[in-house]
Amino acid sequence: MSRLEIRHLQKAFGALKVTDDVSLIVEPGELHAIIGPNGAGKTTFIAQLSGQLPSDSGDILLDGQSLMARSMAERVHLGLARSFQITSILPRFTVLENVALAVQARMGSSFRFFAPVAEEAALNETAMTVLAEAGLEDRAEVMASALSHGEHRRLELAIALATEPQILLLDEPLAGVGGEDAEAFVARLKRLKGKITMVLIEHDMDAVFQLADRVSVLVYGKIIATGTPDAVRRDPKVREAYLGEEEEAA
Amino acid sequence: MAETTLTDTRPARRPMAGRVRAAMILFAIFAALPPVAAAIDDPFLVLIGTRILAYAIAALALDLILGYGAMVSFGHAAYLGFGTYAVAVLSSYGINDIFLQVAAAMIVSALFALVTGAISLRTTGVYFIMITLAFGQMAYFFFVSLSAYGGDDGYGLRQRSTVLGSDMLENDFTLYYATLVVLIGLFWLCHRIVGSRFGRVLTGIRENRVRMEAIGYAPFRYQLTAFVISGCLTSVAGVFLANQAEFVSPAFVSWHRSGELIVMVVLGGIGTLTGAIGGAVAVLLLEEVLGSLTEHWKLWFGLFLVLMVLYSPHGITGVFKKLGLGGTKQ
Repeated sequence: MSRLEIRHLQKAFGALKVTDDVSLIVEPGELHAIIGPNGAGKTTFIAQLSGQLPSDSGDILLDGQSLMARSMAERVHLGLARSFQITSILPRFTVLENVALAVQARMGSSFRFFAPVAEEAALNETAMTVLAEAGLEDRAEVMASALSHGEHRRLELAIALATEPQILLLDEPLAGVGGEDAEAFVARLKRLKGKITMVLIEHDMDAVFQLADRVSVLVYGKIIATGTPDAVRRDPKVREAYLGEEEEAA
Repeated sequence: MAETTLTDTRPARRPMAGRVRAAMILFAIFAALPPVAAAIDDPFLVLIGTRILAYAIAALALDLILGYGAMVSFGHAAYLGFGTYAVAVLSSYGINDIFLQVAAAMIVSALFALVTGAISLRTTGVYFIMITLAFGQMAYFFFVSLSAYGGDDGYGLRQRSTVLGSDMLENDFTLYYATLVVLIGLFWLCHRIVGSRFGRVLTGIRENRVRMEAIGYAPFRYQLTAFVISGCLTSVAGVFLANQAEFVSPAFVSWHRSGELIVMVVLGGIGTLTGAIGGAVAVLLLEEVLGSLTEHWKLWFGLFLVLMVLYSPHGITGVFKKLGLGGTKQ
C-alpha cells in the first residue's frame, strides 16, 4: 500500500486561489475524506492530484516519488487512479469493454494491430471478475449508455479499480445515488478499506463519518482542520465554516 | 426487465458483421464490372472503375483516423501526391517496380505524417482541420515547384509500373483487378486494426479522451500512430491513381482533393470502413453522371450533399440502416 504526501500545493485561476498552500499526508491503507462547502476547491484538488490539471507550485509525492512532472496516464501506471464526479464512461462501448480497456492499459502493449481484442480471454475474464465485484456481471454486454444512474456510478468505480490502483481518488462516488443503492455503495467502499489507500470527496456526511479514518476540511482552497471524524466534528472552526451551515440548512 | 433493455441497446452495437457483408457485396459488384464493360463494349468503364477503386483506398485510409480517431485531416491529398509522384520520380530513374514505388511512397508519407501529425495533434477540432490543411498546401506548393516534373503542368508517365519485371499492368483490366485486390487487402487490414487492442484504444480516445487518460493511456501516441498508418495507406491509392491516369500533376494534391476525400467518408458514413468505399463510389459516380448532364453539376452535387446531411446524418450507411439493410441481424 502506498503513501501520498502533498506539500504546499498551489493552484490559482487568475486572482482566485483555488488551492491555497495545501499540505496533507495520506497514510498507507487510510481512507482520507475531504469535505467542504460547494466551491471549496475539492474537485480541483483531485484534478491536480491525478494530473488532469497542472499545479502552480508545491509537490505531490507517491511513496516518496514526485509526481509533478508525470502525466495523468503515467500517474495511473504508478498506481494512482481516480473516479469522476460526473460519470465519465465510454457510452457507446459495452460495460465489459469499458472495464476491459482499463485492464488492457496495464496488461501488455496496446500497440497490437491484428488480433481481435474482443476475443482476448485474459482481458475479458479479468474484466468480468471486476464486474462481478461491482455486481454488474449481468450487465456486461449492455451498452454503457443504457445503464441506470446507480449502475453508472458502480461502473465508474469498477473502471478505476480495474487499473489496480495503490491509491484511489474518489470524487463524490455517491453523487445522485440514494437509498439502498447508497448503502450498498458504502458497504462496498468499506470492503475496499484497508486494501487500497483512498482519498474520498463526498457530500454525504453519513457516508463520510462511517467510512473515513481521518477527515480534512477544505474551505476556499485551504485546509482548516484535519483529524479523526469525531475530532473534526467537534472542531469549532469547522462547525462555523461548514457543518453549522449545513445543519441550519437542514 | 433486463431482457427488454438488452434488446433495446443491441442496435447501438457496432454491427461489424453487417458491414463486412455489405463490403463483400460491394467487392462482388466491383469484380463483375470488367466483364460487363467488355460485354457492352465500353472499356472506358474499367478506367473509371480503377479511379473509383483507388479513391476508395484513400477514403478507407482517411476513415481510419476520421471515423475511428475523430481526426479530421484536411490535408490527406498530400499523401496522394507522395504516391503519384513516387511513381513519376522513380520511373524517371528507371525504377518501375510497383513494390519499390509503394515502399518509397510509404516511407516518405510516414515521415511527413510523423512530423506534421506530431505538430497537428497539439490541436483539436477546427484548429486540427486548419493546420492539416496548411501542411497539405505546403505539400501542394512543393509539387507545383517541381519543375523537373512539369511543375503546375504535371508529368506524363512513359509506362505503367511493373510487377516483378512483368508489364501486366499495361492491360487496363489487370490494373483494375490489381487495384481491387489491394483495396480488399487494405479493407481487411483496416478491419483488423479497428477490432484490435490498438483500435479499441483509438476509438476510446474518440469517445472520451479524459477517461482514457484516467485509465492510463497517453492519447498522443495512439493518435499519431493512426495518423501515420492512414497517411501510408493513402499513398498506396496515389500509386494506383498515377498508373490509372498515366500522368501525375499537383492537381492530385490540391485541397479540393482533400475535401473530396472527406466528403466521400462523410457521405458514406464515418467510422464504418465500408461506408468510405461506398462514399467514394457515390461521389465519383455522381461526378461522372451529373457532369455528363450539365455543366453546373457541382450545384446539383452540393444540393445532394446538403440533403444527405439533413436527412441522413449517418450517410449512405444510415440510409441502408433505415431501410433495414446491412444493419444488425438480431
